[in-house]
Amino acid sequence: MTSTSNAALLIALLLIPLVGAVVVALLRGNDKVAKQTALGFSLVELGVAVASWLAYDPGGARLQQGFSVDWIPAFGVHLSFGVDGIALVMVAVIALLVPIVIGAGWADKLPADRTAGGFWSLILLQQALTIGVFAATDVFLFYVLFEVMLIPMYFLIGSFGGARRQYAAVKFFLYSFLGGLIMLASAIGAYSMASDELGQGTFDWATLVQVVSDAPLSNQIWIFLGFFLAFAVKAPLVPLHTWLPDAAAEAPIGVTVILVAILDKVGTFGFLRYLLPMTPDASVELAPLVLVMGVAGVLYGALLAAGQRDMKRFIAYVSIAHFGFIALGIFAFTAQAEVGAVTYMVNHSISTGMLILVIGMVVARGGSSLIADYGGLAKVTPALAGVFLVAGLASLSLPGTNSFISEFLVLIGAFGPEPVFTILATVGMILAALYVLWLYQRVFHGPLRGDALLNVAGGPGTAVAPAVAARKAVVDLTGREKLVLAPLLVLVIGLGFYPAPVLDVVGPSVEATLQSVGVTDGGN
Amino acid sequence: MSALVTAISLAQDPPAKETLAPIDYGAIMPMLIILGAACLGVLFEALLPRHQRWSAQVALTLLALVGAGVTMAFYIADAPADGTLTLAGAIAVDRPALFLWGTLLALALGAVLMIADRTVEPGGAFVAQAAIRPGTVQDREQRLGAHPDRRDGARFQMQTEVFPLTLFALGGMMVFCSANDLLTMFIALEVLSLPLYLMCGLARRRRLLSQEAAVKYFLLGAFASAFFLYGLALLYGYAGSVRLADIANAAAGSDRSDTLLFGGMALLIVGLLFKGSVGPFHAWTPDVYQGAPTPLTGFMAACTKVAAFGGILRVLSVGLESTQWEWRGIMWGVAIVSMIIGAVLGLTQTDIKRMIAYSSIAHAGFLLIGAIVLTPDGLSSTLFYLLAYGFTTVATFGVISLVRDADGEATHLSQWAGLAKRSPLVAGVFTFLLLALAGIPLTSGFIGKFVVFSAALSDGMAPLVVIALIASAVAAFFYLRVIVLMYFSEPAPDGPTVTVPGAFTTASITLGVVVTLLLGIVPAFALDWADAGTFALR
Repeated sequence: MTSTSNAALLIALLLIPLVGAVVVALLRGNDKVAKQTALGFSLVELGVAVASWLAYDPGGARLQQGFSVDWIPAFGVHLSFGVDGIALVMVAVIALLVPIVIGAGWADKLPADRTAGGFWSLILLQQALTIGVFAATDVFLFYVLFEVMLIPMYFLIGSFGGARRQYAAVKFFLYSFLGGLIMLASAIGAYSMASDELGQGTFDWATLVQVVSDAPLSNQIWIFLGFFLAFAVKAPLVPLHTWLPDAAAEAPIGVTVILVAILDKVGTFGFLRYLLPMTPDASVELAPLVLVMGVAGVLYGALLAAGQRDMKRFIAYVSIAHFGFIALGIFAFTAQAEVGAVTYMVNHSISTGMLILVIGMVVARGGSSLIADYGGLAKVTPALAGVFLVAGLASLSLPGTNSFISEFLVLIGAFGPEPVFTILATVGMILAALYVLWLYQRVFHGPLRGDALLNVAGGPGTAVAPAVAARKAVVDLTGREKLVLAPLLVLVIGLGFYPAPVLDVVGPSVEATLQSVGVTDGGN
Repeated sequence: MSALVTAISLAQDPPAKETLAPIDYGAIMPMLIILGAACLGVLFEALLPRHQRWSAQVALTLLALVGAGVTMAFYIADAPADGTLTLAGAIAVDRPALFLWGTLLALALGAVLMIADRTVEPGGAFVAQAAIRPGTVQDREQRLGAHPDRRDGARFQMQTEVFPLTLFALGGMMVFCSANDLLTMFIALEVLSLPLYLMCGLARRRRLLSQEAAVKYFLLGAFASAFFLYGLALLYGYAGSVRLADIANAAAGSDRSDTLLFGGMALLIVGLLFKGSVGPFHAWTPDVYQGAPTPLTGFMAACTKVAAFGGILRVLSVGLESTQWEWRGIMWGVAIVSMIIGAVLGLTQTDIKRMIAYSSIAHAGFLLIGAIVLTPDGLSSTLFYLLAYGFTTVATFGVISLVRDADGEATHLSQWAGLAKRSPLVAGVFTFLLLALAGIPLTSGFIGKFVVFSAALSDGMAPLVVIALIASAVAAFFYLRVIVLMYFSEPAPDGPTVTVPGAFTTASITLGVVVTLLLGIVPAFALDWADAGTFALR
């Protein structure tokens, strides 16, 4: 085993949720204890993640806190992990969101004969595997975790989801699995290139980057396409996105947060960590393809979001638009756009995560996720309306919220090399204002209306007027909910005015990524 | 060794005086133990009283398997690295043969434990007397009579001839994968097939289905044997010898008519592909898998596949290597057809045993990719795949035999709905096995696919690998469907129950699951075994 300094932190980050998953699974006889244990583990994990962040040296080596153990010597496969700035911020975001999700789902009712222990154990397992995916520095290991990561999510959607959960779970699994298999072909291709070149095969990320990036363009294109397909399904880029609305709509709220805010980032992370460094020539050559898909996603996602009747499907299309934006930033190949895209990944997790949680709180009150079932909610729950507005504005990138800086950087950086795509994407920004505010208006303003609200109050035939009853029955944010949303609220505003902590950490890694594509100064 | 070489050259030299070539007993001892125990088992049937037969047969069979394994382990320690020929060159004991023997013995151990189990199906999964016709009074009696609370139940215990028959089949398989000439191979083929035909018809329940399966298997198998024999005859006509190496030499440089060679090759390969249940020669597979007693299906699915592909590997790499450019294109097509038939028709199945049968056809396609690579990597990857697939399959059928209702096994998929609620452990184990069959990482199935595909890619078969990957994804759908049924569907009110397995079946399933997990997480040791050496090319 070889390791660099502070490797213990990363080992702890990987092991804590894994151990937590096992412990919580064993405690599933008692829902309350299981829940508390899960929260405990996730808070410890958050603490370690903060320590890991503090220990990270932005000016230091490309991969830090790394360690490596032989796994399958015959194929040069290692269990090796390490983080760069981009991976570190993603790991930190997961560590932050999991305790919040646990807090938000504290009082959720689970389907009959499912236990809270089973649920939270799967969530912790998902956390461990996802951190593993971001931290893997061996391509084989990355692939393994990329596929294994599907299994807990499959059970989370399939066992705990809504009415069409079976369909959604299988669709989710098959899309990602097929994408992953095609990626496997490319990974094996890269491996055999390395064994031709070096005399012995390896899956070490740094070595493969060197070997494949020197390969002729025609070979690179094949490698690129395999990896790209897997990542484009994951991130989802139009037209490979159709699994996301189903999965996001059927999954329980906490799972939707993990899925949209974290799991999908593996796709864009893959662009940055694997595509650009490994196949720089092919990335430049095929950038127009990605840009078309990205901008199509921005516009298509925006239009469909505006037309949704279901709030959870709405959030899925909003995210598709945002992922298009991130892809635009990555494949514009300028320093600003790239930094913008990476910070967008973080900010999207925070603001969209918050928006999903707030929508979940609305749904928990009304028992329906249809927009038409609500109206005038602000009269009854002013605080909920307020945080919904903040989350919505953050997600449409209003100045002063965290996403603004990222979106601005992407647009500024991409305008130079790709003016047409950038202008089209800007139209998406305008549409974002439309769909977010329209949703807010329909759900929270106007007279108190909608089946969900009025039925909560006792349904037709009760003596009291329904609107009056709704005021009594529908409570505003509880203390627990405020506690859960507070950190996100602080980050949305805080990072909106002072984004330096994130920018400092990701800056050098983005620079290194860009250097491998042959861009050094970018749009500066 | 030098004495052996002299002996072979003597045997090849017609004017030399007829001498018996010395036999390397150490090398073939595992085979002799298995076949010897089979003969002893037949005597047991004749001489022992009925109530002692089961325990005597089980003890003998397990002893023989373990004994053969131990003997082999001792032999491997100082076996010549590039293999040895014995029995006048008819048997080649080289590293791949030893690997296949080890695989066969280990798989047979798992399967025999299942066959011996008498708690899952009271009295055992096999009929009390083969002669009992379906629907008769005796049939009903033997079905009900084996119930443990019935006093004369002992009369209806299983037919214990299955143990020597299994050993005969196993012995045939071992000879098959080490046969160095086609005639030995043909005899081994018959020795392994005939007991299987017979045992297919011995299911205690659903006698008609079982007998139908046996007849189908026998008729189609006889056809395949005829193909093999005809191919053998044509190749003999072409090369003047039945030895694989001589055929290779003849094909490498001669101006003889190619018609004989190609005709012989085609017929021979058809016979082999039939045994490996490679599509489009797969027609028997679903019916036989469904009709045969489940423990036997496990034995057949795992061991026959290993033996058949052992034979295919040897014939292709030793006998037909020099003509690979003639047959490779066709084998590409066969592999593609097999994967597509397996993956697509598997989607439409409603019976779990038939579904696994189609899955085995898809797996045969993947295996064939490894078998036609013909590099040392191709050989070792196919061997590893066989090992991985065999253990997963034995355990899969073990689990299938546990889910039962009043009519025996509940094999219709709808009966599996909501199984996870009633028995989470069985559902969890089965899910793991299905994920292994689908090739999800951290299971042996993934490592198997990975090694085969990477060997094929580095040999320039990228299109074939891409098709195989897509077929894997399609096949994943029907495995997932079962997981969906078990976990996400409501159980039927009169659904089947899961029988608590006895020690034997538990041991067998545990063996399969542990190996599947082990080969998925730390495959290095098995990859090293599979990579230890190539065929003895003499």
